[in-house]
Amino acid sequence: MSFSPRVIWKEFSHSKIGMTGVAILVVLFFMSVVAFVTIPLDSFKTWNDPASWLLYPKSAQPAWINYFQSEKIPEHLILSPIVSSQQLGTVNVVTNSFAVNYQYDGFPSDFIYQYAAKYGGSPLLQISVTRPDGIVLHLVSTSLPFASGDVTYSSMIFSTQNIIQKNIADKKARYAFPLDGISSEKIIFSKLDENTILKGEYVFHINLYDVSGKPVLEQSRLILGGQVYGIMGTDELRRDLSIGLLWGTPLALFIGITVSIGSVVIGLIYGVYAGYKGKATDEVLMRFNDIIYAMPALPLLIILAVTIGNSIFLMVGFLVIFGWVGIAKVSRSMAMQIKTLQYVEAAQLMGQKNHKIIFKHILPQLLPYAFASIAISVPGAITTEAGLSFLGLGDPTFPTWGQILHDASSYSAAARGMWWWILPPGILIAVTGLAFVFMGHAMDGIVNPKLRQR
Amino acid sequence: MGFKKFLVKRAITMFGVLMATLLLTIVLVGSNMDSISKQSAAQDIRQQVTSNKSLLASFKTTEQLDSYINNQVKMRITALGLDQPWYSPQRIGLSMYKILTLDFGHAKFLTSDSGSSDVKDIILEKLPRTILLFTTATAIVSVLGIFLGAVAASKVNSKIDKITSGFAIISSSFPVWWIGVLMIFVFAFLYPIFPARATPDVSASDPGYLGSLLYHMALPLITLVIIGFGSWAYLVRNFLVGVLQEDFIMAKRAAGIDEKRILYSHALKNAAPPIVTILALSLSGSLGGAIITEAVFDWPGMGRLYFEAISVLDLPVIIGATYVLTAFFLVSVFVADVLYGYFDPRVRRQ
Repeated sequence: MSFSPRVIWKEFSHSKIGMTGVAILVVLFFMSVVAFVTIPLDSFKTWNDPASWLLYPKSAQPAWINYFQSEKIPEHLILSPIVSSQQLGTVNVVTNSFAVNYQYDGFPSDFIYQYAAKYGGSPLLQISVTRPDGIVLHLVSTSLPFASGDVTYSSMIFSTQNIIQKNIADKKARYAFPLDGISSEKIIFSKLDENTILKGEYVFHINLYDVSGKPVLEQSRLILGGQVYGIMGTDELRRDLSIGLLWGTPLALFIGITVSIGSVVIGLIYGVYAGYKGKATDEVLMRFNDIIYAMPALPLLIILAVTIGNSIFLMVGFLVIFGWVGIAKVSRSMAMQIKTLQYVEAAQLMGQKNHKIIFKHILPQLLPYAFASIAISVPGAITTEAGLSFLGLGDPTFPTWGQILHDASSYSAAARGMWWWILPPGILIAVTGLAFVFMGHAMDGIVNPKLRQR
Repeated sequence: MGFKKFLVKRAITMFGVLMATLLLTIVLVGSNMDSISKQSAAQDIRQQVTSNKSLLASFKTTEQLDSYINNQVKMRITALGLDQPWYSPQRIGLSMYKILTLDFGHAKFLTSDSGSSDVKDIILEKLPRTILLFTTATAIVSVLGIFLGAVAASKVNSKIDKITSGFAIISSSFPVWWIGVLMIFVFAFLYPIFPARATPDVSASDPGYLGSLLYHMALPLITLVIIGFGSWAYLVRNFLVGVLQEDFIMAKRAAGIDEKRILYSHALKNAAPPIVTILALSLSGSLGGAIITEAVFDWPGMGRLYFEAISVLDLPVIIGATYVLTAFFLVSVFVADVLYGYFDPRVRRQ
């Protein structure tokens, strides 16, 4: 029954299924690292704050579906500017230009220009667009509120504003169709002879003129509305699902691994102690174990979450409460076997203390079994947490995969065919579970050689 | 240890578990329950007073009215025994006794389909539906599983064996409720074959009710079967492979008994105890899992009742449903234990 870590690893590395599990786990860890490095902690905290997702499209499909479609659906574009500035006599000009090669088979749904201008005085903001056919359309020309000192003025300009309609109307002679009742983005991006999309390079110029000082444009973004966005799309609340899914990875790993390690450690010590002591201690401990073992876990977990609290750490604790019992049962019977071995008896005769015998002579023997149980009990912890979150009992501040699925079901994503909201979280839950099942399976085969003959 | 003593011991443990679960539930929801009952008592009295015009006219100032109402509320609270804290032994004892005698009181918000707010009526209405769905599912799953497991065990390492094992591992990694959402997406909206909500749309007195119920049951049933039979087949296969390696099977083979007969009559008989036990256990396990599954499919059973009670915090229903779920869970655990002890005398000795 004795295994050295090296022997175990050697056997493990020969197991195809075990190594597949390790490979998946490595990918998941990599995703967690990417989540930590690339996504600022702030955007994860603002997951439930609708204000921070204003620039994103509502219920947009992933952008890559365009590869499978002959008609390219307009992508939701959040453009960053190329900044330049110059001096025309006494006037300072800041120019932000946004270039986009528009190759989609539909008009953008709208466009928004968002900015924060730092200035003193009363600068003038002008927006114009150069179309692929060389025509320049002046869209907006507005003066910002006067300020005597230095101020920062944040605002947005929407394509639905009347001023844009009026300015475009100057060029209506060039269009072969009447412009009345057509929204401005459908005019700007339209061919001249008919009202269909004109593909090609559009450049939006934003000019800020000021005489009293050098103005600065910050947080300058041009948003072209569309129906597809990003790798994973967005949900009904405009949240970028790729961020939620990526952040769900370390959360799921944390929940799964903490719960399983906690359960296994408690179960192991409890079971070994009961098995080693025997007699009345064993009887009492095992009756208690029986009671917890036979309790219906899910209803009680729900009551616990509702009455005590649903923070993610409490959730981990609750899952441990119901997780350790099975392991205690097995390790008790294993300890009872080991107890009768001669070297343990020898240690007892030499007068070694009980806890020393347990920790030095019995527990190490159970380590391979412990590792296998840790791996095997991870998926259960992850799916249970996901299930509770799915019922709406999870920690709402963290975007776990179950939480995302809960949101999906409360906005009836299935009924509306929003597959990109339903499929990825479930697949991620299953793949994470599989990684641990594979590893546990391989470990089990090493720990119980009997299984291998099967 | 004799079988009788074993039975008694298990029964006592089970009763202990039932009591412990009940106590835990009461402890967890007790303080909430207290404030809710007090509020409802106060509201009740205020309503009575305000609806009684002649009584209302006898008060000259609002202070008089308020003090009268407060007195009445206090009297009512004492009469109900709410003046003692919820954790006082009498009150806990009383509530446990009431629950034991199946007196769950009245629901705060939820009602049964026929309009009764008695928790017992509500539960009696929902329970048969849960049993119908999950027992049918377990029956189909076990028959499929035993057959497939036997086939896989007879051809170890064959293609069908590998497919069965692979399917078992993969299917058990997906949460049932997620597959449920997916099934609704595909078979209720993409290809509208089945209804999305599993609640039958005709009333219970309608002659077509049973048909409607079965039609609405199809999608959850299919989901439960798809998710369940793989791991069943895998378990049965593992038990059978173990049995098939035993000496007495070798002897039968040597005696020239037909391989099929060895598998289906001799090996399966010997693998029966663990299989029967797991059958009983999986029934009880599915009852717990019913909460999420029924919530997804909107199946009007115990699970959905539980979920609804939780979302509106209808405590009498929560306690009643927990009690019934626990009792069912324990009965099946007990049956599993007894069956195992009956089939395998070693367990009794421990």
